[in-house]
Amino acid sequence: MGEWRAYAALFGGRLRSATAYRTSFAVELVTNAAGTLIDVVTVFVLYRAAASVGGFTLDEALMMTGITAFAFVLADLTVGNIDQLETYVRTGRLDAVLVRPLAVLPQLMLADLPLRKLMRLAVGISVLGLALGRNDIDWTPARALLLVSAPVSGAVFFGAIFVLSAATAFWWVDSGKLGHGFTYGGRDFTSYPITVYGSWFRTAFAYALGFGFVSYQPALTLLGRPDPLGLPSWAGYLSPLVALAAVSVAAVVWRSGVRHYRSTGS
Amino acid sequence: MDALDASVPAISPRRPISASVATFRALVGSGFRRYATYRQATLAGTFTNIVFGFLRCYVLLAVAAGAAGGAPGGYDARQLATFVWVGQGLLNVVGIWGWADLADRIRTGDIVADLVRPISPVTAYLAADLGRACHALLTRVGPPVLVGALFFPLATPSRWQTVPLFAVSVLLAVIGSFACRYLINATAYWLNDARGPLAFWTLGSGVLAGLYFPLRLLPEWATVTLWVATPLPGLLQTPLDVLIERDPPALQAGLVALQAVWAVVMLALARWVQRRAERRLVVQGG
Repeated sequence: MGEWRAYAALFGGRLRSATAYRTSFAVELVTNAAGTLIDVVTVFVLYRAAASVGGFTLDEALMMTGITAFAFVLADLTVGNIDQLETYVRTGRLDAVLVRPLAVLPQLMLADLPLRKLMRLAVGISVLGLALGRNDIDWTPARALLLVSAPVSGAVFFGAIFVLSAATAFWWVDSGKLGHGFTYGGRDFTSYPITVYGSWFRTAFAYALGFGFVSYQPALTLLGRPDPLGLPSWAGYLSPLVALAAVSVAAVVWRSGVRHYRSTGS
Repeated sequence: MDALDASVPAISPRRPISASVATFRALVGSGFRRYATYRQATLAGTFTNIVFGFLRCYVLLAVAAGAAGGAPGGYDARQLATFVWVGQGLLNVVGIWGWADLADRIRTGDIVADLVRPISPVTAYLAADLGRACHALLTRVGPPVLVGALFFPLATPSRWQTVPLFAVSVLLAVIGSFACRYLINATAYWLNDARGPLAFWTLGSGVLAGLYFPLRLLPEWATVTLWVATPLPGLLQTPLDVLIERDPPALQAGLVALQAVWAVVMLALARWVQRRAERRLVVQGG
């Protein structure tokens, strides 16, 4: 119980500090929401030039964009700020985190919880709602379950990618933007039908790294469309397993990273 | 470095031009050397540029394949690929993101050290930023363009004037981008904390400079408004359009002239804001 109280205190501190400068916080809330909106507007702009991209119409592609937007926002809100780890390692501030009798990852997550990204959640849900409204879905209990499990699994998957990217800082302090290629890059990758990508690039991102199961396969199953790339329709239900695998890898890498950490001594 | 000592000559119209040039050059050099020390960060950033190059290039090529006539916004597939890959490199030269040095110095009060120097902060920071841009030009453009050329057919310029015009356009883009960033950072003189405006800038500049998609994909009224009423297309879209020869030569020269007008306006605005700020600045002692 004491542990939970400590976490609640960390979260409370974060909440008070974020709302101390109300105007600045309000500006950040709105700006962040607009950021998520721009990714969606980009999809609309591209479809203005072409009726079909990679063999999918705008409405079908929005299904993928919607699942990704919701999943990514959820992960970014909860785990996203772990990319500050680089600063903690470089300055040696991680020492203070390590000496407390609490787990390292939840501490870092709660201490840096980016509440300014809260409004993004509303945008993410709206995009998914828009996609559902524009597609004629043949609802079954399995599909209704998929509608919940796909964004949640996607969020867990993106969370694992965030942790993996941040953990590179344990070995390579100046890794800087390296991880963005997989976190924000992964978001961009899963916002479009994966049929648009060249074959080796698609194989690497979609199947080897697992990004194809975040939104593409679940969206196909929801829409009742066969996969032009040949995977069966039950592949849409695999996202929880893929997320679980990613979390396992992230957990192993994170633990060995924390063990590998050497303080700056300052 | 022996040319630098405590008596660095001021950049001022009353001094011999050679002294001003020497000081400016020393500042450019210091900007270059500062970024040359972040070698690992350069490598990591290049990798990310390449990943995004593939992502954007494949998506835009799929759009071109699905568009009527195969030329969305008047670009063919080669031009789109060149737009993406050169854009991923040029992004770092123009440096639209990630500069909060000035805002931090205003917040902490370190800006005092800049104000007692015999050079206007706008000039000094511009010189350092040109040094940064030179470093990015040498290290960050080659790799993405090379990877792009290996995997996709790229467009090569066919007109002789394209290359010099592109060089001028890139220089104007760097100056325009610097002036915009200076203005955003300078809001800290009034707000103490420029995080809000900086976030707003990061968001707006990326999409309206043409990084996410070529601006010509927008409806024509929106494109024209953006070009005439804002400096943003001049940061990335104009140099890229010049390089891939999207327009006839006369129109290209006109776009670069428009870019120059905006660069001068923004730089003048930065100087004016700096002077106003100096009059009201209260540095918190400590």
